[in-house]
Amino acid sequence: MNNIFNHQLYRLVVAHIKEIIREPAVLFWGIGFPILMAWGLGIAFTTKKEMSREIAVIHSTGSDSIQNSVLSNILEHYPGKQKGDYYLPLINEKMGNVNLTFHECSIQDAHILLKRGTISLIVEVRNRKLYYYFDPANSEAQLLYQLVKGVVYNGPGYYSAHQDEIKPLTVSGTRYIDFLIPGLLAMGIMMSSSWGISYTLIDRRSKKLLRRMVATPMKRSNLLIALISARSCMNFVEALLLFLFAWLYFGIHIQGSIPALFLLFFAGNIAFAGISVLISSHTSNPEIGNGLINAVVTPMMVVSGIFFSYQHFPEWTIPFIRNLPLTMLADAARSVFNEGAGIMQIWKEALFLAMTGFVTFILGLRIFKWY
Amino acid sequence: MDYIVEVSGVKKSFKEVHAVKGVDLCITPGEFVGLLGPNGAGKTTLVEMIEGLQLPDEGVIRIAGQTWKSNQRELHKLIGLSLQETKFMDRLTVFETIQLFASFYDLDTNRVNEVIELVELQEKRKAYVNNLSGGQRQRLAMGIALLNKPLILLLDEPTTGLDPHARRGIWTLLKNLKEEKKTSLILTTHYMDEAEFLCDRIIIMDQGNILADNTLSNLLLKYNGARNLDELFINMTGRHLYD
Repeated sequence: MNNIFNHQLYRLVVAHIKEIIREPAVLFWGIGFPILMAWGLGIAFTTKKEMSREIAVIHSTGSDSIQNSVLSNILEHYPGKQKGDYYLPLINEKMGNVNLTFHECSIQDAHILLKRGTISLIVEVRNRKLYYYFDPANSEAQLLYQLVKGVVYNGPGYYSAHQDEIKPLTVSGTRYIDFLIPGLLAMGIMMSSSWGISYTLIDRRSKKLLRRMVATPMKRSNLLIALISARSCMNFVEALLLFLFAWLYFGIHIQGSIPALFLLFFAGNIAFAGISVLISSHTSNPEIGNGLINAVVTPMMVVSGIFFSYQHFPEWTIPFIRNLPLTMLADAARSVFNEGAGIMQIWKEALFLAMTGFVTFILGLRIFKWY
Repeated sequence: MDYIVEVSGVKKSFKEVHAVKGVDLCITPGEFVGLLGPNGAGKTTLVEMIEGLQLPDEGVIRIAGQTWKSNQRELHKLIGLSLQETKFMDRLTVFETIQLFASFYDLDTNRVNEVIELVELQEKRKAYVNNLSGGQRQRLAMGIALLNKPLILLLDEPTTGLDPHARRGIWTLLKNLKEEKKTSLILTTHYMDEAEFLCDRIIIMDQGNILADNTLSNLLLKYNGARNLDELFINMTGRHLYD
């Protein structure tokens, strides 16, 4: 019987898809988890809400107390719930309210709060003057310093003044969630391919299943093509569900060309499938495989600007980061989602990703151990 | 005489280790041969060369008159194989697993059903592989090995780790196969009673060489006083067969 439904490639694809969809954990990590992550991060960074910040105030006794400093003019009217605390609400309808809580405490307690991440700014009252201690590399602490200093010298009204100057942006594609979703789609392709292809191959090698299969007339290429095809199908379903969620819940839109997005999706799958075959080409030890997969995906996940822009990294690293497959896929996907890019704008990235996939696939095949 | 397997002057080394040091053997159609020897004797390397997984450094291996070079696809169709502890895809059913392997040989569902009956897994037809017992898994492996009605069946310790009942089931299956006289068997095993029960000929290997190749009764006769294969090996080498 030579019909398509009994062809070994068809049977291999079906077998791999069944293996994936019959594993509840795979469904959760592949579909449920990215949606939960998008929901959590989207809520955290998109919804306007009241922000609370805590500041430690340290001083010597006597003349260096808060009451003898410039702070007293501000804080004496805002006692907190606990003794030694001052609670200062700052109102701004456009930017969102900020609630500042000043804790009077010792330097030792302030350091503990700093280490726990409760505070990022310490104010010291010394000789009636204020000194600010914070990590200058911490942008959050810098902004808090600017805010507290402004409030101290200009009063609480400083934060709510000149609200008419602020014009909230309503340009589509500028929210955090608009930045996040294309990155999550790209990361989903990488993670799903790396674990779904690399780990599966290593696991099957360790269980001697690859050896058993190559002792039949099965074409070896069919096994890899089937595994990659099944994984790509699943990647498509995962990406579609994540997009549907983002569209329904956050109102995300694709401003650019949908065929361009498909092209990128296809190229991204080729790239990470090739990389995955290369990763899994030699080892039959799943623990080593774990390490290899993590060694490849974790750095890309950290530096490729999936959650936050990679522009914060040192300038000399940026050209390198931009050329990583994950960065390239995420950036190109963002340009389609948020900047209205079409095929002409992303073809170079798609070509580079596809070439990366072919080269790594061929390299992987050359050293591939079937048993 | 036409041999289904001809191995002549075969050598194989891995770096400094000479795994097989010039082996000759022939197997006739329908013959059941037991390949015995301690760990490191060269059994697995020899079987892998017969199976086409390894190429010999020297010598020739012919399967049904053909060498592996440029005849791989045809020769794979003649061979059935069951490895020790092969694990199939956990979340496929028995039927789906056999159907997958059947597709490699262009075999249809009728043959899949025949094999399920042959290895008596009808009741487990829809069970996932990871829900099978050790004996059922081995019967599944045996079924897959027999899917293509092989001329040569290579079994690597097919009953290791099975309970006596499950072992007996596999033996019965192989005994029935033997009666059909269509399939030759190369069996590596650690169980002497298994080799004694199933095999027409016993080949004993040690340190990459064949020490003995004869029927069990002739071997026991030749090495006076040996009551079983282990004693035979002790008489030959002064060591136990399976230390």
